[in-house]
Amino acid sequence: MAAERLVKRFADHLAVDSLSFSVQRGSFFSILGPSGCGKTTLLRMIAGFIAPDEGDIVIGGKSMYGVAPNRRPVNMVFQQLALFPMMSVGENVAFGLARRGMDRAQQRQRSNAMLERVGLAGAYPKRVDELSGGQRQRVAIARSLVLEPTLLLLDEPLGALDLKLREHMKIELKQLQAAFGTTFVYITHDQSEALVLSDHVAVMNQGRFEQIGTPQDLYYRPQTPFVAGFVGANNRIVGRATVRDGTMTELTTADGWSMRALQYGDSAVGDAVEVFVRPEIATLARSAAELPPDQPAHSGEVQSVLFDGANSAVLLQEIKTRREFRIALPQTGQFSDLRPHEKIAFSFDPQRAVCFAARSGVTA
Amino acid sequence: MAAAPAKTPGQAPLVLGLLLAPALFWLLALVILPHVDLAILSFRERVGPRQYAASLAQYKTFFEEPLYLHVFLRTAVMSVIATFLTLLLAFPIAWIIAKLARGRAGSLLFIVCLIPFWVSETVRTLGWMILLRESGVLPALLVKLGLASVPPELLYRDATILVGLVYTSLLFMVVPLVTALESLDNSLIEAAYDLGAGGFTILRKIVIPHAAPGITAGCIVVFMLTLGNYLTPTLLGGKNSQWFTEQIYTQFITRFNWEQGAAFGFLLLGLSTALVVAGLKISGQQFGDVMRRT
Repeated sequence: MAAERLVKRFADHLAVDSLSFSVQRGSFFSILGPSGCGKTTLLRMIAGFIAPDEGDIVIGGKSMYGVAPNRRPVNMVFQQLALFPMMSVGENVAFGLARRGMDRAQQRQRSNAMLERVGLAGAYPKRVDELSGGQRQRVAIARSLVLEPTLLLLDEPLGALDLKLREHMKIELKQLQAAFGTTFVYITHDQSEALVLSDHVAVMNQGRFEQIGTPQDLYYRPQTPFVAGFVGANNRIVGRATVRDGTMTELTTADGWSMRALQYGDSAVGDAVEVFVRPEIATLARSAAELPPDQPAHSGEVQSVLFDGANSAVLLQEIKTRREFRIALPQTGQFSDLRPHEKIAFSFDPQRAVCFAARSGVTA
Repeated sequence: MAAAPAKTPGQAPLVLGLLLAPALFWLLALVILPHVDLAILSFRERVGPRQYAASLAQYKTFFEEPLYLHVFLRTAVMSVIATFLTLLLAFPIAWIIAKLARGRAGSLLFIVCLIPFWVSETVRTLGWMILLRESGVLPALLVKLGLASVPPELLYRDATILVGLVYTSLLFMVVPLVTALESLDNSLIEAAYDLGAGGFTILRKIVIPHAAPGITAGCIVVFMLTLGNYLTPTLLGGKNSQWFTEQIYTQFITRFNWEQGAAFGFLLLGLSTALVVAGLKISGQQFGDVMRRT
């Protein structure tokens, strides 16, 4: 599937701004973005519910220009699932097959086989409201997959589920996709869903893709400050570049905190820059002497300990500037006895901190 | 304070009873008592001056006199046709109000449907007569356009009666249909479309099953109003209308044969009940469910 310079305007608002991208056959592709970034509009254009103002969508080598949703080799799993309450589970699954004029016995057999593959054997005669949230989810996917679409679109299908079920369905979705080998295009505002599920993720903001890459790329090598800020937790520090040294930039904040980071894109000395430091790349120590010797040392005062099992972190303030900085606590439980107002040393590898020219509107 | 909880159990039925009293009184005095009286009337026969005897003569007359039976069946068939036409006309209107018109446009359309009801039924029907009679507006227009050589008489035809009945009933069909269609989730329509269904299949498989209780409720109301209508068939159909309510009127007022009129009244009640029950059976709906969803 490929999109070429897609544009969609609503009144004077540009919902999708000249997007071009392609999705490999059989891969799991996610579009990740905050609400209102245009991702739903994009998905509905692929499904055919909205016509693009400019550009074209090509699926399986064929242009979809002017092709109605019921004639596209694409099926969609809706956010609210949209199972037909007036039909049984099996009739829901068989609905698309019946539209293709398949005879009843075959419809029934194929639907039953598909229900079995999604772990709902024997659910054919059940009513939709007899099923649990997760089972409905599977029916919605089965209803689309039974048609063997070239492309399956999923519009935040896990949004309505509670946390526990969502975690469970995430794994199930990934296994289903691997088992069927159908191309999935998945939209979500939940970065964990996108990272866990996808082969490739596109981060979308204001109608454009900020970056397309593997989850690892997005997380470790963000190309824009938006991606660095949106994907995963990050400490963001704004300052001015004071030294440019090959790929590295040294910066100082307005209140005098200096650090080094890997430069992406172009920034000259004196330019405003943004630096992002992941909480888990920083090292904590009781004294500066215990820190890795090749990393610049910083010191801070503990503000609060945020206990969240494996995701526990400590929120501290840099000693001079009182700027907040978040550091992940090691799994060893080494720093579990930290108390507020305790003084502590920390450092991070400047090669793993990323620096960008500040976006317009961001001031040092 | 301590006594308050002890008082509540005894008080609740009393309060409920008081609240229901006006409705129960209305039901008893104005609906049940007159019907009991009419039922007694319909089962007696005058055998001499001021002398009556229990008999089935009134009902026997109905079945022995072909005119009565004919008018009775004709009324039933015409009412079914009128109900069906009203449904056909009201469905697209309800669809536009519930699904296509946004905000103000929707309420405006609703008001347009309501406006004719600000005028009394008599005046409305007389308005139709002005439009349709031989010297009226529409026949004159037909002559002017060269579609007829002499002004045709459009009144006193079955089609005219149907037009009048549909017009009178439209709102009572639109209201339950709008309610039923508004509750239909748009994503169901999109999902069906996405799974390969065309417009007609979506209507048949998704929209109509969802709106079935609303459709049934509207049809019951319109059918009952049409069957019991007196004014519209009489004014627009004249002597040709042969509406059963006219027969009842004639027995009570012209013939002063209250016994016969009462029997006819009960036959009409039986007819409407039978047809509503048949309609529910055919559409597979429950009466309680239909009324609750409206």
